Amino acid sequence: MLKARIAKHSFLLFLGLTCLVAALSLLSLSVGGVSVPLKEVLASLTGRNAEASNLIIMQFRLPRIVAAILIGAALAVAGALLQGVIRNPLASPDLLGVTGGASVAVVAFMTFVTGYSIHWVPFIAIGGALVATTINYVFAWKKGVSPFRLVLIGIGISTAMGALTTFLLISGPAYLAAQVLNWMTGSIYGTNWSYIEVLWPWVAVFIPLSLLLAKELNVQSLGEDIARGLGSRLQLSRMILLFYSVALAGAAVGVAGTISFIGLMAPHIARMLVGNSYKLIIPVSALIGAIILLLADLAGRMLFQPLDVPAGVFTAGIGAPFFMYLLFKRKKI
Amino acid sequence: MNGSFLSKRKLAGLVVGAILLLISMLCSVLYGLHQFSLKDLWLAYSQFNGSNEHLILTKVRVPRTLIAALVGASLAVAGAIMQVLTRNPLASPSVFGVNAGAVLFIVIGLLVFGSSLTMSGMVWLAFAGAVATSVVVYTLGLQGGGFEPVKLTLAGACMAAFGSSITSGIILINKQSLESALFWMIGSVEGRNLEHLLMVLPYMAIGMTISLLLSGSLNIMAIGDDSAKSLGQRLTLVRVLSATAIVLLAGSSVAAAGPIAFIGLIVPHLCRYIVGHDFRWLLPYTALVGAILLVTADLASRFILESREVPVGVATAIIGVPFLIHVARRKQHA
Repeated sequence: MLKARIAKHSFLLFLGLTCLVAALSLLSLSVGGVSVPLKEVLASLTGRNAEASNLIIMQFRLPRIVAAILIGAALAVAGALLQGVIRNPLASPDLLGVTGGASVAVVAFMTFVTGYSIHWVPFIAIGGALVATTINYVFAWKKGVSPFRLVLIGIGISTAMGALTTFLLISGPAYLAAQVLNWMTGSIYGTNWSYIEVLWPWVAVFIPLSLLLAKELNVQSLGEDIARGLGSRLQLSRMILLFYSVALAGAAVGVAGTISFIGLMAPHIARMLVGNSYKLIIPVSALIGAIILLLADLAGRMLFQPLDVPAGVFTAGIGAPFFMYLLFKRKKI
Repeated sequence: MNGSFLSKRKLAGLVVGAILLLISMLCSVLYGLHQFSLKDLWLAYSQFNGSNEHLILTKVRVPRTLIAALVGASLAVAGAIMQVLTRNPLASPSVFGVNAGAVLFIVIGLLVFGSSLTMSGMVWLAFAGAVATSVVVYTLGLQGGGFEPVKLTLAGACMAAFGSSITSGIILINKQSLESALFWMIGSVEGRNLEHLLMVLPYMAIGMTISLLLSGSLNIMAIGDDSAKSLGQRLTLVRVLSATAIVLLAGSSVAAAGPIAFIGLIVPHLCRYIVGHDFRWLLPYTALVGAILLVTADLASRFILESREVPVGVATAIIGVPFLIHVARRKQHA
């Protein structure tokens, strides 16, 4: 009886959130520098729009919105996995050096390789993220990994990565600096379909894979001893989950740059809505991540017209105070 | 008897440190892309003839070396006081987001005033930014009774992420400011001139004097709040004065050299290892070692890459990480 009610509750929640994503997408498609009536938007989506607005919708706005959804979802799930593995609600890809590692790798790639194909960027970003995470993990290891050490060492690694990025930025030619900086702030402005082609396989593979391991995360969140007692191969699954998280965050950072704090906020909101089972947290986080990024992108386009403010500025603007709130609400870390 | 022997040794250490500092400063003035001899330096000041060599020495090398020494000393002392005040071994200006705040303010200034913003205006803005961030992180740290070390560190990291994100956003909107902003975003003592230094020197001097005068009180503070109170310390007064010193020292360093990471973190630990916990010795040692470290790091960063100089801020950020890892691993709790 109770189980049925919970199932119904979460079904309604999914439905509501999906509708919200759809509604926000439609709104995003119709407003902007040139506003397009909703009727034409719908006509475009069904392939029956002969007006000039078809080009704006299909080539400029739609790829951007699809990117926002994919990136928001990827970052949110990456954050949820990290929080589960590290068993600390303050963990997020930004703080652990994952984003920093990906940034340095991509900026170095952009600076030293001329005429690169963007198909390589996610691989490079994931590579950089993996290296940074591995360094962090290895050094935080002292008879097991403690969240405290992971976070502190992550801060150090992030600082060093930031310095390296800025160095690469000033050592390259000036036109490149503007381009790289644009990428770094986390903007999905100017996304076209080729970015989506690069990004979607990662999201489509790793989010379902994470869902398959959701049960493992639930067991892990009970604590090491119980997890081991229940027959969990603790270190192995921890490593696999971390890898999934890094792959998702790396791919998203590779395409969109550092959009910070989504990986922190979305899982928290998801937990408030659906409780502690990762089977629900993962998909709900993905939807909420998509919603946050859609909103941030919309705000960036609309608030300072005709300027296009990167979405990363807004996610940081909301995310930093949110983080502070979490930090000071907690008695003990 | 034993005590005076120890303090003689510590005094001798200070003298050795001062000599080392002088040697490293001299090397920093003489070596680099162009090499000079001591005679050149003497002639550049006694018989200045306007030649390229003399100009490089007097306008580039000497200011650069002086700034490195003073900034190194200020950051290190600020770090030492922060660490005792917050009871946090990881406290330092860069970890607490003070640098990021200063850069953010400069970029906002560039956005608002455009090219009419003068260099001294920028220095003032850097100062204001450093002050604002310290106040935010510090007051947040006081919430919920006493300082929780990890909380403060995380709050600082968060402020840093927040600051740098907004900074790059503003730069993107206001493309003209890119070059001036990049100059401030990377910690370096290159390309700064004596006017920069003279602008912030008074604040550094005041900050340094307050710190040295406070060293006795800091010793008592380090025992713990309750004991300090029962020994007749005026806790609030000492806290306010130390906070003022930190803000003056860290703010003027950022204003002079941009964000230079980890000097404030590394040096106090190093010096505690050498001279122990007595602040009357610790602070002078910290200042000396900080100066030596930054001057040497700046000198070394001229030779790492053949074709170009590595900004010293990048070098210290990378040297600092192993050190941070060491401190984080050594901590007992968690």
